[in-house]
Amino acid sequence: MPSERVPDVPGGFAARLLELGEELRREGVAIGTSELLDAFAVLREIEWTELQDFREALAATLAKSQEDRRVFELVFERFFFRAVELAAAREGVRELEDGAAGSLDLDDLTDEELEALRAQIAAALRDGSEGAMRDLARMAIAAFARRQEGSGVIGVDVQRIRRALGLRAEPQPELPPSDPRRAGLPREALRRFEALLRRELERAQIERTGSLPPARPLGDLDRALPSGPLQDLAAVHRVVAQLRRRLATQGLQARGHRRHAHVDFRRTMRASLQTGGVPVVLKYRPRRPRRPEIYVLCDVSTSVTSASVFFLSVLHALHDSFRKMRSFVFIERISEVTDIFERERNFKAVSERIGSDAGVADISGYTDYGRVWSELLELIGEDLHPRATVIVLGDARTNGRDPREDIFARIAARAGRTFWLNPEPRLYWNYGDSVIAAYEQHCVAFECWTTSQLEDFVRALARPGMAMAR
Amino acid sequence: MSSSSPAPASVSAVADGLRAVGYLPGESTALVAYLATKLGKPVLVEGPAGVGKTELAKALAKLLDRELVRLQCYEGLDEAKALYEWNYRKQLLRIQAEADGAGWEQVQEDIFGEDFLLARPLMSAIASERPVVLLIDEIDKTDQEFEAMLLEVLSDFQISIPELGRVESRTHPVVLLTSNNSRELTEALKRRCLYLWLDYPELEHELEIVRLHAPDLPETVARRLVEVIGMVRELDLKKPPSIAESIDWARALLLLGADDIDEETFTDTMSVIVKHRTDMDLVAERVGLKLRAPADAV
Repeated sequence: MPSERVPDVPGGFAARLLELGEELRREGVAIGTSELLDAFAVLREIEWTELQDFREALAATLAKSQEDRRVFELVFERFFFRAVELAAAREGVRELEDGAAGSLDLDDLTDEELEALRAQIAAALRDGSEGAMRDLARMAIAAFARRQEGSGVIGVDVQRIRRALGLRAEPQPELPPSDPRRAGLPREALRRFEALLRRELERAQIERTGSLPPARPLGDLDRALPSGPLQDLAAVHRVVAQLRRRLATQGLQARGHRRHAHVDFRRTMRASLQTGGVPVVLKYRPRRPRRPEIYVLCDVSTSVTSASVFFLSVLHALHDSFRKMRSFVFIERISEVTDIFERERNFKAVSERIGSDAGVADISGYTDYGRVWSELLELIGEDLHPRATVIVLGDARTNGRDPREDIFARIAARAGRTFWLNPEPRLYWNYGDSVIAAYEQHCVAFECWTTSQLEDFVRALARPGMAMAR
Repeated sequence: MSSSSPAPASVSAVADGLRAVGYLPGESTALVAYLATKLGKPVLVEGPAGVGKTELAKALAKLLDRELVRLQCYEGLDEAKALYEWNYRKQLLRIQAEADGAGWEQVQEDIFGEDFLLARPLMSAIASERPVVLLIDEIDKTDQEFEAMLLEVLSDFQISIPELGRVESRTHPVVLLTSNNSRELTEALKRRCLYLWLDYPELEHELEIVRLHAPDLPETVARRLVEVIGMVRELDLKKPPSIAESIDWARALLLLGADDIDEETFTDTMSVIVKHRTDMDLVAERVGLKLRAPADAV
């Protein structure tokens, strides 16, 4: 039985570990003192020389969910990378001189040699060998630095190198069959390679300047909804899978409120036999979870397309949880896209189809909310009833046109619940031509630009009794 | 920690031990299992269905040569079914047998003794003479109240019974909780546990697992199988195939005597790995096509 105190851990290290905990807290991982104590306890049990074991042991005690685990990996990498580099800079340890000796011949790199390097990197990516990838990342950086293509900005350089190497996740059929890039490279390996490039570039920069750049928080960027044109499909899958599992058990959550439970007479009588015919124990009818009927209306003008289509995909992936669902997209006019989602399951195909077939942009391509509302009322006005839910996703930017909140109010009055999801951070609401305040009187408005906000919303949506929340 | 069973001395000893009892652990699995035996903390194992969360507990029990006590959680599980219950029939009989003569005081003392206690899984794990492995399966299926009740058991390994007092554990059980992550567990529970995330294994790792469970399957077929499973998991399915399904499929192929997985064998046996009508259409379309492509090229 090991002793309860921590005398055998060098003082400097204990402080380091606390700093790591502090940094994790800053990124929103809930770490209590008990977690830190556990972390010290496990470190007594394992060899510190194995990086893998060391990291896993800390992760097992500090990161207690998959999401936290992801943050932990990022912070761990960054933290120890910085700690090592700081120590190196302080001690004046440099590795460029002797490290460069091996790659000096890159100076006069011919095109064939460059091509060979490309092929080597592509092969390493396909096989996913971490060690080879690290070495090759350094060679690639060296090669491209010699060609004077560096811009000095790390993010830009990483993308330049990647492009120059022709590394892409999509298949490239024009390449010869022997080239590993032909069938497309695994996305995950590509991401790791980029991370390695970034890290090596950072290392070089620290060596050059002899000081650490300021720590950059992970920020919400790493957790925001995918919004670029190159959507991260994996992110969609992750959110959907998570939501689906959560929603599958949603019905149970309502069990707490039993105010309007109906007595199941037959089961009560049967149970009363045990007590000689006296109904001591009342049996209730199970409450069926409410499955809402949903009408979704999405702005797909350029400013918010990606967020909307992503959102629509999520809802359609969750189709099972809803009784009936119809979706519409709009820019100047509206158009129903329910069919597209029923036929297509591939996220990318869906967004292409919406772009080409929906025919929502008439002349100007600017959102016209007034017209959208009157068209919507005409289309579904008859169908709306108190159990229906209307969800609008848009930035409420009218481009100076009349918001016509009176028509919107009529829609909201007919539907049971009306939600507005705004993909802009709350900070920007009601600035410029955003008129969300006008609509907010008639509906519940949510800020929705990270996956966790989206998750909160879907949870609220699937929960009965949310109707009166406004 | 007084355990009669031999506690493994290092992480690699745990890894080898698990291997020896037919469970191929991933890197972190062995480490966390080792820490659990060393520190005596419960382990919360999360991951998709069918990646071997429950199997891990069984393997650990075998490795440590302990009995496995399993508590399967479900919605509405309560203390009476998880902790203990008074055997009221026996109590009634006792009261009737003593109906005349004995005073109330004495009877009352009698009927709330350990003889009249029905031990449920948690109780029997705690009270067991020999150390056990306690598996609390699918903890996310229960409601939060039950979780709160577990806290006492998990942190102090004791159970308070109002009529009897406290039952403390005589030995230190190794506790595993599994969750499919269908709801967020409370912070309080997580705080008491080590955390282990099990995911679908890497290709080579899964190949090893399949080979272990279906050793007669030709190497090439096994590799192809694992690759196809990987492809299927990439798709957006209602229920992606798990390791258990890979193994089932391997056994099915073995029975059929297949020596390659082509489009025909695939469509015939697909139902082993894909269990949803809509999923089947999607898989047949996407993966079936891919299986055909290389055959044409040759």
